[in-house]
Order: sequence, then C-alpha cells, then structure tokens
Amino acid sequence: MVETMVSQSSFSEQQIWDWLSEVQDPEIPVVSVVDLGIVRGVKIDQHTVHVTITPTYSGCPATAVIAMDIETTLIERGVENLEIKQNLAPPWTTDWINEEGRKKLFQYGIAPPKQGVACSGALKVSENEPVSCPQCLSSDTECVSPFGSTPCKAAYRCRTCREPFDYFKPF
Amino acid sequence: MLSDDLAVRDLTQHMGDNCLILAQRITEWCGHAPMLEEDIALANTGLDLIGQTKNWYEITGNLYSPAINPDQIAFHRNENEFSNFLLVEYPNTDYAVTLMKQFLFDTWHFLAVRQLVIHPNEKVVAVAQKSIKEIQYHRDRSTDLIVRLGDGNEESHTKMQAALKTLWRYTGELTNSNQLNAGDESTPSTLAETYSSTIQSVLRQATLDIPENTGMVYGGTKGVHTEHFSSMISQMQFLPRRYPEAKW
Repeated sequence: MVETMVSQSSFSEQQIWDWLSEVQDPEIPVVSVVDLGIVRGVKIDQHTVHVTITPTYSGCPATAVIAMDIETTLIERGVENLEIKQNLAPPWTTDWINEEGRKKLFQYGIAPPKQGVACSGALKVSENEPVSCPQCLSSDTECVSPFGSTPCKAAYRCRTCREPFDYFKPF
Repeated sequence: MLSDDLAVRDLTQHMGDNCLILAQRITEWCGHAPMLEEDIALANTGLDLIGQTKNWYEITGNLYSPAINPDQIAFHRNENEFSNFLLVEYPNTDYAVTLMKQFLFDTWHFLAVRQLVIHPNEKVVAVAQKSIKEIQYHRDRSTDLIVRLGDGNEESHTKMQAALKTLWRYTGELTNSNQLNAGDESTPSTLAETYSSTIQSVLRQATLDIPENTGMVYGGTKGVHTEHFSSMISQMQFLPRRYPEAKW
C-alpha cells in the first residue's frame, strides 16, 4: 500500500515507463505491455499522467484487462490522476515487440514473430523462412493452423520433437 | 449535418453491420465445427470481426445527435435499420456454405477496406489500417480452403459446387453498392472488376464453375432483408433488449 501520496510532478516519465514494464500481458504473463509495444506513449503534465495504449488485434479481449491492470499498477504506486487513452493509429505491429519480449516469448515456449515482415503478406512470408521450435530448436516445423489459442498466435508443430507449439504470428 | 458526415455515418454503419452479422453467424459454430482447428479459426475470425464492428460503430455513434454507443447500434436497432449484405445473414447451413460465404465476403472485405485506407476521413483510415491485416489472414484461410475442398475429392467438390450455387445470387449486391466510393466516382466499378477477377481466378483453381443464368437478389444495403434475418437478430438482441441494464 502507498502511504504518502505524491504530486504528479514528482514522477518522471521514465519512472512511469519502469512501472509499466512490470505490467504483464494477461494472456502471456511473461512479457510486459511495454515489451509488446502496447504502450505507445507516456506524458506527464502538471496534474495528470497520460498513458496511450493501442490494441493488438481489434477484438482482443485482453485490451480492457490491460487498461485496468495499468490503472491498478499506477494507482498503487501513488499516481492519483491518470488518463488512459486508446489509439488505433498507427496500427500495432509485431515489429514493435522488443528484443527482451522476443527472448521471453521464446523461453516461455512461444516462437516469436519474424522481425520486419509484418504487414507484408501475413503468414505466407514465414513459410519460406522456417520457424524454430522453442522446445528443441529444430527448424523442421509446420503450420497446423494460422489461427491458434489467441488471435495473435498460430498453431505449429515440430517434426523433430513432435511437440505442438504456438507461433506469435507476424502482424 | 454535413453531407460528408452523413456519408461517413452510413459507410461506417454499413461496414460495422457486415462485420457484426457475419461474426454472429460465425460464432454459432463455436463448439460445433467439424475440427478443433476450424472451431478455433472461426472463433478467432469472429472475434476480429466483432472488434472491427466496435471500431466502426464508434465512428458511427459519434455522428448521431446525441451520440450513441456501439452497443446501442448493435442491439437497439430494428431489422430494417441494418444495411448489411444479404450474403452475411445467410444461415450457416453446412460447412461448405459457411466457408463459401466466408470466402465471398473476405474477398470483398479486403478490397473494400483497401479502398478505405485512403479515405479522406482520418478515423475511417485508422479503422481500415487496423482491420486490413486481420482481413488478410481471414482471406488467406478461406481462399486456401476453397481451393483445397473444391479441388479435393468428389464429395468435397460436390458440396462446394452446391454451396456456390446457393450463394451466388447474393454476390451482386457486394459490388453494386455505391457506399464505397471514397470520393472517387470511378472506384465502385474498379472494386467490382477486381472482385470479379479475383473470385474467378480462385474458383478456377478450385475447379468450381460459376453458376450461369442466376438472377441476383438485392436489398440488404437498403434494409430489406431475407426471412432469415429477423430470427437471427432477435436471438442476438434478446438479452440487451429484455434486460437493458445487464452487465457482465
């Protein structure tokens, strides 16, 4: 619990960013909303902390939970006046997932998206470039379905270790 | 109200109506699709479309006076106030009809939204840019399945051909609509031409024949719907209409 409330101007934007890096994605609870590129901006004016977020997929049910988690986290840290704004443009892309996020996804068992191929013909691009199995690192893998357990993932299978795995699809 | 605003309101409502009604149909499959992967793919596609509906309706609702929210647009309008295509309200029937409907719609949807990416209204552009990447995945999936099943075995071919025959009469409306002339009078015919050549090329690969001498049916965009529509939206709207204050 926060014992003393501090005025907004005593936080730096960097401090807010650091706190936001502790907010995990509700569906992939190893990467933060900052790693995923969902937080698009932090601005502090005299009275208010403004956080801009963007949805990953239009219908992603996690979006509302993310806004709530951000609010809870910042309020716990003593932020009193908070405004969370949702921006659609420019549209979110997997190219915004940072190195740290990609590493964590892989360790968690989700193959990270190929960098720099988003928007250029969706999943087809990855058919030419093998997706590595996060279990055994083999590149002998195949797509079972471009639609997986959440909108952002495709279902894959490794032909070497025979394990199924999720691929965070380029978007 | 400015005529530009009115045009944007109609356009975004039409886009949202198509997404919503198809999504409602798709989700009827939830838990019933022939394979687990297909069940998941349909649910994901439906989810994308519901998200897109909300984004379109946000624009629509702000152009009403007083402003209304997306839920009011989806759940508190009557049948004749919906401007979706007749195609998307067609019952799921069997899996062949479901997939064919999806393919005929996805092809149109991609081309339509590709036009809206350069619309003069920046909010329309934002929703179009957001949607188009999702639609690419929908279109790739339905196109792939049409070819594999059309050019599959005798049974799958027969079923896909029958589905095409059932739905073809509703495709005229997709390219007849002049809702999508993003300030450019030549656009509707371009969309119609590209739609027709894309459909033809995929169907040829799928070894499916376009039905000949089929009369086209129109009406959805003007609020004149088929008999399937009222029972569908009465189910969709029941809860929010019966319990207007209901919350999850």
